[in-house]
Amino acid sequence: MVCDICHKNIATVHLTEVINDKVVEMHICQHCTKTEEFKENLNIQELLGGLMDSGCNQRKEKLSLKCPSCGLTYDDFRKKARLGCGKCYLTFRQQLLPLLKKIHGSLHYTGKRPLSSAHKVPGENKVDELQERLDRAIQLEEFEEAARLRDELKKADIR
Amino acid sequence: MFEDFLNNSDTWLNGKGPFSEIIFSSRVRLARNLDDYSFPLKATKLQREEILKKIEQTCLGVSVLKNTNFLRMREVSELDRQFLLERHLISQEHTVNLEGKGLVISSDEKISLMINEEDHLRMQVIFSGFDLKKCWELANEIDNEIHKVIDFSFLPNLGFLTACPTNAGTGLRASCMLHLPALVFTKRINKILELLVKISFVTRGFFGEGTQALGDFFQISNQVSLGVSEEEVIDNLFGVVNQVKEQEIDARNSLLKKQKLNLEDNVWRSIGILRNCRLISSKEALSHLSVLSLGLDLGIINDVSRELINSLFIIIQPAHLQKIEARILNEDERDYIRAQILREKLSKNSN
Repeated sequence: MVCDICHKNIATVHLTEVINDKVVEMHICQHCTKTEEFKENLNIQELLGGLMDSGCNQRKEKLSLKCPSCGLTYDDFRKKARLGCGKCYLTFRQQLLPLLKKIHGSLHYTGKRPLSSAHKVPGENKVDELQERLDRAIQLEEFEEAARLRDELKKADIR
Repeated sequence: MFEDFLNNSDTWLNGKGPFSEIIFSSRVRLARNLDDYSFPLKATKLQREEILKKIEQTCLGVSVLKNTNFLRMREVSELDRQFLLERHLISQEHTVNLEGKGLVISSDEKISLMINEEDHLRMQVIFSGFDLKKCWELANEIDNEIHKVIDFSFLPNLGFLTACPTNAGTGLRASCMLHLPALVFTKRINKILELLVKISFVTRGFFGEGTQALGDFFQISNQVSLGVSEEEVIDNLFGVVNQVKEQEIDARNSLLKKQKLNLEDNVWRSIGILRNCRLISSKEALSHLSVLSLGLDLGIINDVSRELINSLFIIIQPAHLQKIEARILNEDERDYIRAQILREKLSKNSN
């Protein structure tokens, strides 16, 4: 099995990630796991997301940090000081979180919560919503919030 | 529509709000982005058009927005855009790169929603005087109503997502415009500005970002929008502005006690110039109007109304003069017309 990144060497590292109930696999050679980009993109989901979007069979050049949704690169962001879409907050989270902490002194949102979507029936999708929020909290490494959500999820599941 | 604004007496400019002699106005702004669309920076022309239509449609169904007009910025003339900017209804950014930009304004000018500025939706509510809570309540209501139909870009731990990280979280920027001539006169203003920065409050001049404090006007707003609740932002700003207001009152009393003659002399000289000059720049006019305003508050003059002075601060601006005269004016002509209007409005016979 050939490496998904360089397509040259034999893959010796095999990663499996579950994203939105789908199992996604990635196979990487020893050499590519040592590249800067790989180390930077320790969030496998983002790495996978980037590969999945651009097509897995053309990536010979180095991976650069780019939002899979709107195409904004980190360089763009640094120049214009603006983000391109909501997904950028996940794509660039390693750089954004310290920046947000610096600006606001906090990474813990305590403001109003949006209502569920207009078409959702209140109550029915609560477990799904909680699960989604739990996943995001883990992604953002907000473990306190994740623990709180996990407890809420347990309660909601029991009912 | 803009001509109506000129004649409107119920706007936030009427000077009827609480403590409006020091706190000119209070403003709450909420920034939101639609989920499923790139932010304006990366949105395509088609996406921006869709966003405009979606918001226009949504606003039609919101009862608190029933007396509003919807505008496409590219259909607004350059003069009218300047006019809106001068009335604090849009930002500088909304006067350029007009493709896909829209605006919803209420006829009393208290509500202004900018579409596709830096974020998809920037909702602004502005009231006369020190009325932050009322501003927040109305802005919150509009936000909730729009949100019943439209999903906003949001993450549970970071809050509402905005184009600029400085607005992320609550997306809330609350501010008050204060008139602080006594603090400037007694040279106590710099200390206050330094202290404000230390406790994370931003101070700007008459027109917001990056301008000097012309006419002794200062806009104080919160800097932090993440990690605090909306109520906390409003309460904190209220507390800070209240303190600054007390300082200004103290400085005014001090001036009356220790420098009464000096103060009176300044006020009468200013009114003398305003009632007699033939040419005057906006900078100079603002400076004299500021002294006049102080004179009125301290009872040194009493034949001018607060409402008149407030309106003069706004109508001496370039686009306003041209709207009033119904023609384009160059700088020299504006200095002439400005002086003319000031003489007319401030003459002893007109009140």
